[in-house]
Amino acid sequence: MNSKEFYIESFKTYESKLNGDSKSFLHQLRKDALKQFRETNFPTLRNEEWKYTDISSIVKLNFTPAINSTPERFTKEQINKFLFKDFDCHLLVFVNGIYSEELSLINNLQNGVVVGSLKKLAKENPSVIDSYIGKLSKIDNAFNALNTAYAVDGLVIVVPDGKILEKPIQVLYLNSSSDETMLASPRNLIVVGKNSQASVIANYRGISEKAYLNNSVTEIFIDEDAIINLYKIQNESDEAYHIEKVQATQKKNSVLNHYNITFGGAIVRNDINSVLDGENIETHYYGLYMINGKQHVDNHTFVDHAKPNCMSNELYKGILDDNARGVFNGKIIVRQDAQKTNAYQQNKTILLSKTATIDTKPQLEIFADDVKCSHGATVGHLDDVSEFYIRSRGVPQELAKSMLIRAFANDVIETIKIEPLKEQINHMIFEHLHKVEVGNE
Amino acid sequence: MLSIKNLQANVDGKEILKGINLEVKAGEIHAIMGPNGSGKSTLANVLTGNKSYEVTGGEVFFESKNLLEMDPETRAREGMFLAFQYPIEIPGVSNATFLKTALNEVRKYHGEEELTPKEFLTMLKEKAKVLGMDETMISRYVNVGFSGGEKKRNEILQMLMLKPKFVLLDETDSGLDIDALKIVSSGVNIYKNPNTAFLVVTHYQRLLNYIVPDFVHVLYKGRIIKSGTKELALELEERGYDWLIAEQAEVV
Ligand SMILES: Nc1ncnc2c1ncn2[C@@H]1O[C@H](COP(=O)(O)OP(=O)(O)OP(=O)(O)O)[C@@H](O)[C@H]1O
Ligand SMILES: [Mg+2]
Repeated sequence: MNSKEFYIESFKTYESKLNGDSKSFLHQLRKDALKQFRETNFPTLRNEEWKYTDISSIVKLNFTPAINSTPERFTKEQINKFLFKDFDCHLLVFVNGIYSEELSLINNLQNGVVVGSLKKLAKENPSVIDSYIGKLSKIDNAFNALNTAYAVDGLVIVVPDGKILEKPIQVLYLNSSSDETMLASPRNLIVVGKNSQASVIANYRGISEKAYLNNSVTEIFIDEDAIINLYKIQNESDEAYHIEKVQATQKKNSVLNHYNITFGGAIVRNDINSVLDGENIETHYYGLYMINGKQHVDNHTFVDHAKPNCMSNELYKGILDDNARGVFNGKIIVRQDAQKTNAYQQNKTILLSKTATIDTKPQLEIFADDVKCSHGATVGHLDDVSEFYIRSRGVPQELAKSMLIRAFANDVIETIKIEPLKEQINHMIFEHLHKVEVGNE
Repeated sequence: MLSIKNLQANVDGKEILKGINLEVKAGEIHAIMGPNGSGKSTLANVLTGNKSYEVTGGEVFFESKNLLEMDPETRAREGMFLAFQYPIEIPGVSNATFLKTALNEVRKYHGEEELTPKEFLTMLKEKAKVLGMDETMISRYVNVGFSGGEKKRNEILQMLMLKPKFVLLDETDSGLDIDALKIVSSGVNIYKNPNTAFLVVTHYQRLLNYIVPDFVHVLYKGRIIKSGTKELALELEERGYDWLIAEQAEVV
């Protein structure tokens, strides 16, 4: 049985496990998605959007949908080491994409604010989500269809108008397949009403020797004058396949700050899309990918300027060692209506080895005449002169290199607004670097 | 303290140092002068272990250890220090982080405890004050956006923090106005003691009014063509290098 047949076949087992859930509005969506999945093939290198990312190793494996398998159990002590700490936050934990009530801690939400699990809300309070789920994000490919077909659970945040969430929401997505290769399909929804604000930390971790596939879709709706800071930090094992599509819609005067920090897996693919559907919108994409070994990271970003007077700014930085391979595709469309658009994009990569590679491609399509757009891509190596300067002060070579690499990452990291999070990410970079260096010299 | 014997070095396959001999004892200050391109900075880089400069012959002993066998960081921890002619900018690394990392590495090498952040900061502020440096530079990125003069002061600040035994000043005076020159010189003079030695590269006699050398050497086309006392610098100031070069030509 090939993997496509496997996922179609597994759907029956899955339906039988859904019990009451199969009556929720979500189930129609799932069935439609399965139908689409049947009609779609997994992308290949011939597909323009997947030209540099060979996913045949994913297609070769049959990943058992988490819902069809025995749930993995963890204690609070076991997950503690994966959390970002030293700041007050709400905590939601998903194990293989399924919400764990006992590991999560959500306290004292303001009136009307909904933070919780898709599975539960689809049953208990479908009206707050049914106008968004599956409406913001279309199905672009077999992975999106697969996510929707197996959309059992995921993060839901709905902030009504005029509420500022003081505490960030930390979401730990812990993936683990101890017995079989596992499929996690988190289906996330973040809706922030007019004049509201929220910060979300999506913390993806993997602890498995076996391969697994994390295939997420995250839909985001940012209403007028609202602000969302979304920090995605992905730090999984070399056996992890990780795919996520983020689809945001922004209304006038809103701000999206999206951070995408990747420490790699076997293959990581991010699609980060935002439609700027109103005036005076700000969209910031910050990315840092730091990979080694045979890791492969593909970031496809898309800023869709649909209305006038908006601003988008993108800074993606890559640090590639060994045989790692990076792909950056930054698409910006400025539609005919979108006069006075300011759109900036930069992709900078440093290669730490002779065998690491990056394919970087800006893709600007501009249909308005009064716009300011710029883009740039640089690929380089660590600067020998700077390295000598640091060493000449007594700092060993390895540490000198690490200082320069961290300095390179710094203009992405320094924009993180939660101080302890920033420090801990810096620490992760440091740990990652010194692990990277071991096999190197 | 430092003994250079017949030192030869190439840059990009081109022979730049053609046999340098120099003995520097503890407590001494030596000045090196010479026209542009004569190899002064090359000498400084070779002594501190910059691997873009290839040593092709000769030897250097630093306190009877074979200097040329050490990597740059070991030389630094052993007490070599170069104040760069063109200090490097390092965006993303703050002066404080840079200096703290360096200082703790040097201390570790000598079996000393790391400084606490408080001890470090107190020391840094004290030294910065000696050099008339604004405290805000502590948190700024290394040399980024610093004026020429500020960069040179920052080099001297690093010297005061790291407490080297052998200091190479490569045109630390260039780009300094007269007040800055006095401050930087007084920083050097405060630091100088019978256990330290200096090799001062300069084009100008005026620095040597403040940092008074015991010996002055003229480097020309990769060789020391003349050595003398501080009076030689005065003579060079007055007469330039041509007479020396002519004298040299006669000898050859
Ligand atoms: N990194 C380098 N790459 C190529 N050539 C170099 C390099 N460094 C020095 N050189 C060459 O070596 C020669 C000596 O240069 P060096 O910098 O040592 O001179 P200098 O005496 O310090 O001159 P100045 O007084 O102008 O500072 C010059 O011809 C210079 O062009
Ligand atoms: Mg020079």
